[in-house]
Amino acid sequence: MNPELGQVALILALLLSALQCLLPIIGAWRGSKPLMATAPTLAIGQAVFVALAFGILMWSFWINDFSVAYVAQNSNLSLPWFYKLSAVWGAHEGSLLLWMLILNGWTVAMVALGGKLPQAFFSRVIGVLGFVAFGFLLYMITTSNPFLRLFPVPPNGADLNPVLQDPGLVFHPPTLYMGYVGFSVAFAFAIASLLGGELKSTWVRWARPWTNVAWGFLTLGIVAGSAWAYYELGWGGWWFWDPVENASFMPWLIGAALIHAQAITDKRDGLRAWTLLLSIFAFAFSLLGTFLVRSGLLTSVHAFAFAPARGLFILVYLAVVVGGSLLLYAMRAPKVTGGKSFALASRETMMLVGNLMLTVACAMVLLGTLYPLVGEALDIGRISVGPPYFGPLFLLLMTPLVLALPFGPLSRWGKADLKVWRNALIRIVALAVAAGIIGFVLGARGWYQLLGITAAVWVMAGVVLFAIKRWREAPRGKRYPFEMLGMMLAHFGVGVFIAGAILTRSMSVEQDVGMKPGASVEVGAYDFHFNGVAETQGPNYRAQQGTVVITRNGKHVVTLHPQKRTYAGGQVQTEAAIQAGVFRDLYVSLGDSIGNGAWSLRVYDKPFVRWIWGGGALMMLGGFAVVLDKRFRLRRAVDPETARATPEPEARPKLAEGEA
Amino acid sequence: MKRPLVVILVAVALALSTAAFAIDPLPFRSTAQRERFQHLTSELRCMVCQDESLLASNADFAKQLRRQIFDMMQQGKSDEQIKDWLVARYSTFILYDPPLAPSTLALWFGTPAILLSGGLVVVVLLRRRTRPAGSIAEDPGDDW
Amino acid sequence: MNEVARKPAARFVPLVVFAALVAFFVVGLVWNQTHDARFVPSPLIDKPAPAFRLPKLDRPTEFVTKADMLGKPYLLNVFASWCFACGDEHPVLMAYRDKFGIPLIGYDYKDAPKDARAWLQRHGDPYHEVVTDQSGDTALDFGVYGAPETYLIDAKGIIRYKHIGPLTPDVIAKELEPKIHALEQEGS
Repeated sequence: MNPELGQVALILALLLSALQCLLPIIGAWRGSKPLMATAPTLAIGQAVFVALAFGILMWSFWINDFSVAYVAQNSNLSLPWFYKLSAVWGAHEGSLLLWMLILNGWTVAMVALGGKLPQAFFSRVIGVLGFVAFGFLLYMITTSNPFLRLFPVPPNGADLNPVLQDPGLVFHPPTLYMGYVGFSVAFAFAIASLLGGELKSTWVRWARPWTNVAWGFLTLGIVAGSAWAYYELGWGGWWFWDPVENASFMPWLIGAALIHAQAITDKRDGLRAWTLLLSIFAFAFSLLGTFLVRSGLLTSVHAFAFAPARGLFILVYLAVVVGGSLLLYAMRAPKVTGGKSFALASRETMMLVGNLMLTVACAMVLLGTLYPLVGEALDIGRISVGPPYFGPLFLLLMTPLVLALPFGPLSRWGKADLKVWRNALIRIVALAVAAGIIGFVLGARGWYQLLGITAAVWVMAGVVLFAIKRWREAPRGKRYPFEMLGMMLAHFGVGVFIAGAILTRSMSVEQDVGMKPGASVEVGAYDFHFNGVAETQGPNYRAQQGTVVITRNGKHVVTLHPQKRTYAGGQVQTEAAIQAGVFRDLYVSLGDSIGNGAWSLRVYDKPFVRWIWGGGALMMLGGFAVVLDKRFRLRRAVDPETARATPEPEARPKLAEGEA
Repeated sequence: MKRPLVVILVAVALALSTAAFAIDPLPFRSTAQRERFQHLTSELRCMVCQDESLLASNADFAKQLRRQIFDMMQQGKSDEQIKDWLVARYSTFILYDPPLAPSTLALWFGTPAILLSGGLVVVVLLRRRTRPAGSIAEDPGDDW
Repeated sequence: MNEVARKPAARFVPLVVFAALVAFFVVGLVWNQTHDARFVPSPLIDKPAPAFRLPKLDRPTEFVTKADMLGKPYLLNVFASWCFACGDEHPVLMAYRDKFGIPLIGYDYKDAPKDARAWLQRHGDPYHEVVTDQSGDTALDFGVYGAPETYLIDAKGIIRYKHIGPLTPDVIAKELEPKIHALEQEGS
């Protein structure tokens, strides 16, 4: 198929997105049913053209059409087919197209599932999503066209960056973008409610499942990225507080806060303004991440190659979308603090503490990520901010949250129930201390490690106690609604994550060794025996492959084959060999030949490292489980009051509409 | 200016530098010394491939500095002495742990300040909205 | 009940903070256009240059030391035959070697002397003298982390200026030459 068709499809999608933004919102403003009725058609039309453009780009990769510059830069005749297809999002232009495709996916899902929402509200939501799409399409067409032709046509492509030739590329960007872009739905709900001037917060209940799913995907995306870095970048780390990692972590923190704030607004009608603000922030941080990664403003291992015009465009877009939203918020946010009163020792207080710590942690990450720029801009010397800043501060900020975490579910809405607290506290403390002692007996040393075990058990014991309490108190069949199940999964995941993160850090053994074939090295309880290196051939690379036999007390555990690959383009990429296990990973990577037949190798014993991602996976499942709850099934005209309860104020500020 | 070309070259160089990481067997005297070395170099920034630590970087420069740090450790230098030696040559940019200085005041005290003001808002909110248990109406139905 | 009217001013706080952030990003983008983020200012400016004793490229048995160079200002240009950007810089040095008015000393960094000699033979030799640092140990004291780098050292052996990356006519006219002139004024 002709790549120019892809470009035409993008331009048509741009036009449709402009209409999708304007017509439904004007319709909702004027109360014109025919105008509002265009929303689904326009949204689906835009999605069809974006999907067409995406399909054409993918097709260009499939047939090795190197006349398309983007294909020529990121593919190669000998690239395996699955990397050819995922190379579509291997660089800047195509990853934007993926972003667009996912945004349209969310919009179409909204059209399919949101039909029972009040029509005016639904139209505004679709309109806001149209505006988001419009900005990104304009950005692509003006600065980042993936369909640019190349002449003369090269006989072969330059190849996909070897770091990206990994299953990680297949999963990480799509899931991450599902999360980033998913927050646009909660954002659109918030803006729609501000535009409509709803006084009731019924919209929050409609927004909750969308927020939870988006957050679940973002969790999955971050977990996938972390695991990818772990085995592909080869330093055995799983998080480096790199600016690009931080860019994905900030919306995650805000998203976690938003999920809880939404619950309060939905159930107790409190924190209305805060929920609105967080809905805007979650998406704003997603956009900010895009800006930071693609503007060249921050140096990072993962950053895209940049061009100044691209950075400027996203900045202007960010300013319009977020600035406009915040202006709308300032003018339209609920003027009264509402909601039911609550006692100090109630669930509301616990959730407020959690919200505070999550937001402050996000602010801390933002400050640390941007601070090097302050040094540059004010000319007071270049400053590096890295793991020794983020790590301890994050730990400190999360301590109150972790302490409070079991008591959120265990307390009641509104009322204090100190007896429940006291009983729970005694049990949780007993269990956590017992775990610490058992850990000590088993050989755990150092305050960091012992505190880690205690904290993990603290959180997990809280979830278990809650489960037992529900089992005893609630009638059969109503014990664990999906919303609660999601909470339990996610909270338990936090405990698992804490155990993984802290035990891995304190128990890992890593060693760089030079070994001749036949030599052995002891790492932890394991014996690594090196059997030399042989040449092998992959589909598009040659590799030197080592053989390392691992034994424990003389018994064979596993034989690993780390590789050092040389790709067609001459790039060298190390492939670590990993024996993954529930309680430990054994990890070997191959370095260089260092003379006399000896090779340098890096060997790791990494206990509990899988628990980090296991905890993340539980959090993700928690986010997904919530959606199944009966509470979120839409009935037509859920609340007639909200549907049309507030007649549009006559003197509608024009600015507010214009911003949308 | 040929800036775009330079940018592309830099991007290519970065891509290549991340492709292979450092494996550098050094003859440590003890496990404790190896762990001290790993900890110290993980908190230092490689000046060439700027977003990697000295521990992880495979750049020639990082390799040389690792040797230097290793040698200084053998001479009995403390972590502080080694850091001072590095800062005198490469500025504090090499430290991932920015020392407290007038230029980093906002960095180190920013978070406590934000926490404090956020905490203040929460306290005000709690004072306004909380009521003693007796005056709150019982919620009918499932408390969830 | 308990519906307290909120101060409207507070609701503008997020917008104001965000506006400040955007303004800050604009500054950042501008900075990025005018600077190269890889170049980190040296802490050795206005500090004594480290002591060195390095063999000459063409006569490896003869050494140049810091003490030998005291008495008049000079430029120390770090280069290597393996260094890509040094090739870009080379024609500029050829054109300017006699216009600086002070000696231009080549500092061959982590390079095999025979490679450096061949490189200079092929492209031409802009230097008044070339010293070699094969191990790169002395370069550590100078804080060299990438070639090319250029140091301006005054008559008392103090480093007065450092440029990281290739010298260009623009950099020479705007930064280096004014510094050299200032030194000459001081000297006279």
